[in-house]
Amino acid sequence: MQEGYAAARLTEISKSFGSFMANDRVSLTVARGSIHALVGENGAGKSTLSNILYGLLKPDSGSIEVGGRKVAFDSPRQAIGAGIGMVHQHFMLVPTLTVAENIVLGSEPAGLFRPLSMRSLEREIAELSRKHGMEVDPGAKLSTLSVGEQQRVEILKLLYRKASILILDEPTAVLSPPETERLFSTLRSLAAEGRSVVLITHKLDEVLAVSDTVSVMRRGRLAGSLPTASASHRELAQMMVGREVLLRTENPPQEPGRLLLSIDRASYGTPDGRQRLQELSLKLCAGEVYGIAGVEGNGQSELLALLDGTWERNGRFSGSIELEGRQLHELGPTEIADLGVSTIPEDRLRSAVVPEFGIAENLLFGRHREKGFHRGPGFDRERLARETQRLLSAYDVRPGGDGNPPLSSLSGGNQQKLVLARELERPGLKLLVLAQPTRGVDIGAIEQIHRRIIEARLRGVAILLVSSELEEVIALSTRIGCLFDGAIRHEFGEEEVRRGRIEGSGFEKEIGLHIT
Amino acid sequence: MSRKNLRLLVPLMSLLIALAAGSAIIAATGASPAEVFLRMARSTFGSGYGIGQVLFRATTLVFTGLAVAVPFKVRLFNIGAEGQLLAGSFAAALCGMALPAALSPIVGIPAALLAATAAGALWALAAGWLKVRHGVNEVISTIMLNFIAQAVTGYLLTNRFAVPSTVHTPPMGEGSCLPGIDALLGLSWHSPANLSSLLAVAVAGATAFLLARTRYGYTLNAAGLNPEGSRHAGIDTDARMLGAMALGGALAGLGAGNLVLGYKHWFEAGLTTGAGFMGIAVALLAGAHPVWLLLSALLFGWLDYGGLTVNTLVPKELFMIVQALTILCIISFRGISSESHSG
Repeated sequence: MQEGYAAARLTEISKSFGSFMANDRVSLTVARGSIHALVGENGAGKSTLSNILYGLLKPDSGSIEVGGRKVAFDSPRQAIGAGIGMVHQHFMLVPTLTVAENIVLGSEPAGLFRPLSMRSLEREIAELSRKHGMEVDPGAKLSTLSVGEQQRVEILKLLYRKASILILDEPTAVLSPPETERLFSTLRSLAAEGRSVVLITHKLDEVLAVSDTVSVMRRGRLAGSLPTASASHRELAQMMVGREVLLRTENPPQEPGRLLLSIDRASYGTPDGRQRLQELSLKLCAGEVYGIAGVEGNGQSELLALLDGTWERNGRFSGSIELEGRQLHELGPTEIADLGVSTIPEDRLRSAVVPEFGIAENLLFGRHREKGFHRGPGFDRERLARETQRLLSAYDVRPGGDGNPPLSSLSGGNQQKLVLARELERPGLKLLVLAQPTRGVDIGAIEQIHRRIIEARLRGVAILLVSSELEEVIALSTRIGCLFDGAIRHEFGEEEVRRGRIEGSGFEKEIGLHIT
Repeated sequence: MSRKNLRLLVPLMSLLIALAAGSAIIAATGASPAEVFLRMARSTFGSGYGIGQVLFRATTLVFTGLAVAVPFKVRLFNIGAEGQLLAGSFAAALCGMALPAALSPIVGIPAALLAATAAGALWALAAGWLKVRHGVNEVISTIMLNFIAQAVTGYLLTNRFAVPSTVHTPPMGEGSCLPGIDALLGLSWHSPANLSSLLAVAVAGATAFLLARTRYGYTLNAAGLNPEGSRHAGIDTDARMLGAMALGGALAGLGAGNLVLGYKHWFEAGLTTGAGFMGIAVALLAGAHPVWLLLSALLFGWLDYGGLTVNTLVPKELFMIVQALTILCIISFRGISSESHSG
């Protein structure tokens, strides 16, 4: 399989941003016709390396060979010319154009003033997609496509440009389990016809399932490359973090307390008439973690907005969301917070923090009404500084600099730990609503965050966990509700979840059936 | 560290470039830039009258600059300081006119200032309300409100309140006038500078305190930096927008203290001479920071009056070019530096 020259060979690549070494003498060989997984924590240098290969960044030193020839790209256009294509995590597609138009955009097979024959183009693209088993209607407007289909368009775009090396950045983050399966079989068939795939991911299960070779990056360096067949989950995790990690947080059983949150046939339609929640019902007791498993876009955001008081009031709501005799959806964010409800929203940077503010001001964010922090017309700076120090050490948050650096200078994991610290330490906390608590967070921090969540549960806090990572839902939940199309389609009870936790991937598949 | 330096560097560089370009234009008109600037310096800093004039002009600019700076914190661009200043000045003049002449200044001055702030705040609130309730872009609404303020005060002045065969209202009573700087310090500068200059410094300080040290300021900053997050954190962003606009309008209205209570003692046509628009430049140069804004107001006050004094050498429009260039440079540099940061 690997005779002749390699598809791409990176030798001693270094790249620094200021004093930060993003890549430190990284050497990597991507074999022809193989799927090469590139794993590592956030900030380990995966993206920098792939951006160098794709021509978006220039290395400070080191050399790149593609197909045996030495290259130096000034722009992605040259990389594309050399047969390298990339699918970014956020798609680069134009929603108002059709599939075919999106695919040819930037490499139109026509002169500037010669008309493009859409018909023959669509035929060509239909054939291309059929050949690679990625059915998609070339004439459909992009905005009508599902996320999975959009991703297929991105891949087709690369194939149309005859890319022989495809770089995919976290391609499964937005896909449901069956869609992921489908993507993987596409990737396998692409590799089988001699193309190479570089798969950037942090999900080790996927690495083990689909790749031929895996390279692990840690703090800008290559921690090692090895054939996937000889790698284990535990070994890879250890290479990523640099130490032994607990892959599953201990989750001791606990007798649930009194009923706290009761959602009864909650329905919600957006102002433009799309039904997002359809008679969703669930009950949550104190000392319980209720995990909501589901692919994104099945009503999670709307449920969260109803629970924290930020929902669009000109949408249509019916049903009841009751917490200790109060209807939550009738209340605003302040009143809900005063009831002892805290929400950690899914998009941390947009909704939970002010990136430009310092750490201390962010610990105050949303808790600025607490009398304990007040002094005169402003805040009690000393108390705030003390509290900040206490929380930083208690929750192992490591700010980069001394003093009170802006939150944006912290890593994703540290930001999330800070948000978690702020919300878990709210006085009188009864219900914690957690959305994607470990998204963009590295493995080491995930472990700590999971432990904190279990601790809060043992303290008697009721926790509603919304996550698209099944592994996480299974590891933390007392009960699991499968959310699909705006309703809980199936619920796994305490016994089932406990058994499923031991069972592992079989249970994931079972949940997968109920959320698609 | 480097980012902080950059923040200081951008306004300074912009100013230098604008002054250099101004010099080039002066040279192109045939005059000598050195001579022009020297004459400007002499006629402004060389006499008490000149200093007073610069101070007087800078004072109005502090108020209108603050009127732009405060809404800026919640991402609102208040182009309406001109209209708010007009509304405030008109209200102050009417209030002073209505009050009995023998009234104690302890009552008369606050009353007239209150009328001015209330009128300015209401004028700005109209734009704020349109924004919050109907999503109307505040740039457009404040510009339109400027026209309306101009038309309404103009109409009321000529048809209702003007002293016959003049373009001003009757003078207000002694009891609502602010003392001039000559009377205060025992000088004989004969300049329009008055107690308002002190008031401006105090107000700028108070605004800085409000923004940086109070809970309201905290929520105002948060609402501007991350509106979405602020709603989650229970901060009423709509109320903050209204509050910032009202406060901005009130500050613009306070400029009436300088123009009406301190100098003219009446309302007249053309009273504001574009100070509201110049406030935008003042706020931008200062990065919307209330304390830096004092310096930036002084600079623009100097350019404004200095430009007049060299009118015989070069047209005073030239200094409007310098002002506009400064702003253009600041905006472009910010754009360029943010590009290089994200790229």
